[in-house]
Amino acid sequence: MHPLIELRNVAFTYDLGRNSVPILQHVDLHLHAGQFAAVVGPSGAGKTTLLKLVLGMLHPTGGVITTDPTRIPILGEKIRPLRMGYIPQLETVDWNFPVTVEQVVLMGRTRQYSLWPWHSKQDYAMLAQVLTEMEIAHLAKRHIRELSGGQQQRVFLARALIAEPDLLVLDEPTSGVDMRTAQNVLHVLADLNKRGMTILMTTHDLNLAAAHVPWIVCLNKRVIAQGKPEAVFTTENLNQTYQSDMLVIRQDGMLIIQQKPHGHTYHDLVPNPVLGH
Amino acid sequence: MSPFEFEFFRNGSIVAVLIGGLCGLIGVYVVLRGMSYIGHGLSHAIFGGAVVSYVMQWNFYIGAGAWGFLAALLINQTVRRTKIGADAAIGVITTASFAIGIALISRYRKFTRNFDAALFGNILGVTPDDVIVIAAMTLVVFLLILVMYKQLLFTTFDREVAQVYGVRTEWIETLFALALAATLIASMQVLGVTLIAAALVVPAITARLLTDNFNRMVALSVGIGAFSGFAGMLISFYADVASGASIVLLQASLFTLAISIAAIRKRTERLMHTHI
Repeated sequence: MHPLIELRNVAFTYDLGRNSVPILQHVDLHLHAGQFAAVVGPSGAGKTTLLKLVLGMLHPTGGVITTDPTRIPILGEKIRPLRMGYIPQLETVDWNFPVTVEQVVLMGRTRQYSLWPWHSKQDYAMLAQVLTEMEIAHLAKRHIRELSGGQQQRVFLARALIAEPDLLVLDEPTSGVDMRTAQNVLHVLADLNKRGMTILMTTHDLNLAAAHVPWIVCLNKRVIAQGKPEAVFTTENLNQTYQSDMLVIRQDGMLIIQQKPHGHTYHDLVPNPVLGH
Repeated sequence: MSPFEFEFFRNGSIVAVLIGGLCGLIGVYVVLRGMSYIGHGLSHAIFGGAVVSYVMQWNFYIGAGAWGFLAALLINQTVRRTKIGADAAIGVITTASFAIGIALISRYRKFTRNFDAALFGNILGVTPDDVIVIAAMTLVVFLLILVMYKQLLFTTFDREVAQVYGVRTEWIETLFALALAATLIASMQVLGVTLIAAALVVPAITARLLTDNFNRMVALSVGIGAFSGFAGMLISFYADVASGASIVLLQASLFTLAISIAAIRKRTERLMHTHI
């Protein structure tokens, strides 16, 4: 089976004249249809750059990115480029922009070009469907600033879903929201993935990723390790990824990941922990 | 005696309403993109283009329009491809263009044409031909904005993300630069270089204070612009003051009123929340 998207030996360097900064090097990665993957790594590891390369917002300075050449057209439609649904970091959104929830979500239908400034009946039918699915139908006429962090995340998820994407790409969907909201967001994503949606996201929250995401990619300018959380989240991989002393605790079938605090031992943190390998 | 008995006043009023509405429409995008200064800058750049058109004996609308369009594109590209911010790029490009106009005027002192009208506006000098040209430009710009309404909204909200969702943002921005240049050219004779910036920005920020809904903001801004064009002309006739100034002063008064309404609304909402 061909991957939906494949990165082979991909490199990216920001060209700043004499001070070119390599962000990514030798990145080999593939994502199959139906996969749910999270990219983890420290700040500056190139996570957002990797997403932007996948989305086509940036072009690699080395290597190649290919999309599945074998995709079969549905009901005789023409082969089209891979459709991406992108949910940017909430911090990058202009919350003072005068738009309501439904106006933001309908932006996802802009690809369906028509000469008219208004949206079609089909667009509105899909709007009603995704708003209900995301449980934000009652907020349709509200301004986006008036919502809670979790509701705001759902608005941008709805905008991505209404675009009928082949791949959902999320940049730090769990940052800037409380723990319960972050859990909820990941439940929504896991639910979408169960229904066949391919998802690629970045996150700083290793514990949430370990609990909810079935495929982890450790990145720090290059791919350090990738695989299932229990195989990837080892002290060795994490130390290499974060260039820091990391602690992996396995307890009751759960993975708990902590950075070792300076001046303490792990015995101070958890009595009788079972260490990961 | 009704001012509408005079043909010059009728022509002036039609043009003031058209220009007011047009500036209100374009101003929404200008304000939301954080480029309020561009109206001020580009109108100065277009002044340079108008002088060059005169020296080269080109048609004013085509020569000055092309000049303004190129200046707008140059500003966009400078911002995107260098570390320079929009404010600085507008400052350099448009002032240099204005300086070209001043240099040409001082070099060729034999000019018979009075450029005061371009600087301060002369709505009473609007001819029936001007009315037709300005009406046609207004119609074209409105149609242009309507056909790219959804794409322009997404591009204005978040350019980078719009590209991912299939919006051809380069095209949208180029077409918008064209619409902006056309708006400024059409407004120049009526409002003059010095007052265009206000006509572009004030209706839009007034509308922004009154609503959080994009479509409503567009409708309100166009309405405020057109209304202040018409009412401003009447005030200018009865108070015997320059029409451009009376239009802009009326808009500024409406803005002050909107600030008060927004403040009262906020206070009421806070009080209601406190009681609940």
